[in-house]
Amino acid sequence: MTREETPGVRDIAVVAFAQTDVLRTTDELSEVEMLMPVLHSVLDRTGLKTADIGFTCSGSSDYLAGRAFSFTLALDGVGAWPPISESHVETDGAWALYEAWTKLLTGDADTALVYSYGKSSPGSLRDVLTRQLDPYYVAPLWPDSVALAALQAQALIDAGEADESALAAIGTRSRRVATLNSHAQLRGTVPQGDYAVRPLRTGDCPPVGDGAAAVILAAGERARELCSRPAWIRGIDHRIEAHSLGVRDLTDSPSTRLAAEKAGVFERPVDTAELHAPFSAQEIVLRKALRLDDSVRVNLSGGALAANPMMAAGLIRIGEAAARIHRGESDRALGHATSGPCLQQNLVAVLEGDAR
Amino acid sequence: MPEVLKAPLVVEFPFTRSLGPVQSAFLTGLRERVVLGVRTGDDRTLVPPVEYDPVTAEELHDLVEVAATGTVTTWAWNHAPRRGQPLATPFAWVLVRLDGADTALLHALDAPGPDAVRTGMRVRIRWAEERTGAITDIACFEPHDGDPAELTGTTGEFADPVTGIVAPARLDYTYSPGRAQSAYIEALSTRRTVGERCPSCRKVYVPPRGACPTCGVPTAEQVEVGPRGTVTTFCIVNIKAKNLDIEVPYVYAHIALDGAGLALHGRISGIPYDQVRMGLRVEPVWTDGARYPDHYRPAGEPDADYDAYKELL
Repeated sequence: MTREETPGVRDIAVVAFAQTDVLRTTDELSEVEMLMPVLHSVLDRTGLKTADIGFTCSGSSDYLAGRAFSFTLALDGVGAWPPISESHVETDGAWALYEAWTKLLTGDADTALVYSYGKSSPGSLRDVLTRQLDPYYVAPLWPDSVALAALQAQALIDAGEADESALAAIGTRSRRVATLNSHAQLRGTVPQGDYAVRPLRTGDCPPVGDGAAAVILAAGERARELCSRPAWIRGIDHRIEAHSLGVRDLTDSPSTRLAAEKAGVFERPVDTAELHAPFSAQEIVLRKALRLDDSVRVNLSGGALAANPMMAAGLIRIGEAAARIHRGESDRALGHATSGPCLQQNLVAVLEGDAR
Repeated sequence: MPEVLKAPLVVEFPFTRSLGPVQSAFLTGLRERVVLGVRTGDDRTLVPPVEYDPVTAEELHDLVEVAATGTVTTWAWNHAPRRGQPLATPFAWVLVRLDGADTALLHALDAPGPDAVRTGMRVRIRWAEERTGAITDIACFEPHDGDPAELTGTTGEFADPVTGIVAPARLDYTYSPGRAQSAYIEALSTRRTVGERCPSCRKVYVPPRGACPTCGVPTAEQVEVGPRGTVTTFCIVNIKAKNLDIEVPYVYAHIALDGAGLALHGRISGIPYDQVRMGLRVEPVWTDGARYPDHYRPAGEPDADYDAYKELL
């Protein structure tokens, strides 16, 4: 929903963002050890201590860790000592940010710490992600995440909206701009590679990596105290599509379009967009759904094709968009996060800086 | 710094799931070589069938038979099949709109190579020899040149319907406990217990997890604790656990090892169960080849003063 729809509610902003370098493996670190530096980084940027935070919300997945309630160990990193107001979502941290935003809207808290993390390296990610599929008709066939994305890519090719070279160009551009992003896992020139699942080549697929991110949200004047140019959340919404892939038009993303509409994206042009498109073909689908033309700077961070730490990559999109506003490089930015196969669930946030 | 430990970790679970009326009819139909869809209020036929309309959320129950032949709506060539997938040889993943259906079903297509597959090609179901009422009763699809398959004329009512499925899952991991816990486990291999001290509150955590949960800061300073300790609280277990070779009743206790900032748990033996008490001083008993103390026994010292351990309860 947007601010304009609900007059009288408080302004809420992203006031700090931090992320780890994304690495193929981080054996020497437990989840909490990987997470702690970014938690301390966002706290340091605002001068807040964990005890000052009104609400804490995290995103992660037990299936990556192979352990039940794995998020409880990561809570050690925030000093989760009573009394603490805390919650967790079993998905990307962008949805934890959404929960924190609603919590701040209620007035129950003035500040929120949102973090998320994922270590994909202990397991085989393509197999792990099959467990999020429909357990009756789909999961017993073990179709992996790359295979499902390849079906979407072929649908786009059949519809005449892309060909293999257009897909390759997306990965190439993503990794080239990622040379400016020291946290990205794949930077610079990366070979397009062999087919992973045709028509997708390895260059069309995201790297598998471990990483974490954190943001701090603050309401009203508190945000101005903590950040010289807060990234105000003007609207945020998330929508989902039918579970069954065969019901959906894989060349489109109506849930992204609806979330964007509800978040107010189409009211005024954005200058910057951070899209969570783990596979090259998905960037084409998202650009179409969000009506982004060439005047919009898309994925200057390199996006998910350069670094896709599960459960953190969506939160990082919002964090990257916010950080550009903090630095004065953007005035109105879009952050998008996805979850599930073939862009099943989509979250869209619109962030704005104060007029200059 | 010792090398970080790694070990294989297998997570296996047979998920037992019950079926609703629509799923039951569909999966029972597959067992009988019949494909059923479900009709929506706007007269579309969804295959595979679902119990609620994905657009309107209306409850659906009107089953309708569709053909075992259909058309590929999109595909992807899988040259390296993975464990659990329908075929062990290279195959195409396909979405197939069966004749009579308005939506597509995901499955595998057995074809000689990617050049033999295209969107729009005609395919038919290859049934599994043994069928149990599961999506895998469709072994795969295969190319089909002929007309749409004949319908069987089923009513959708079957004798002995399938009411549930067992979906086995197995995921393989290489587990690494990270630096702090690796150091703890390494120390145990020499029968020493090592914790980490918080630089802020000075508490010593055993086992260490690399962070102080109170202060939210990293811990790094290693501190050897024990081997002796004090019983801070305990319970008497009267029910024998399955596969546990310990006579009941036995005592399970929280034990604050000397120098530790919080208590571990362990079994107390070498003393009648009804004589275990708070403050009892204990020491670990190791058995050959064990990776942690088998149990703790009285150390033969006077009991500790309550004040000495009251913060560790």
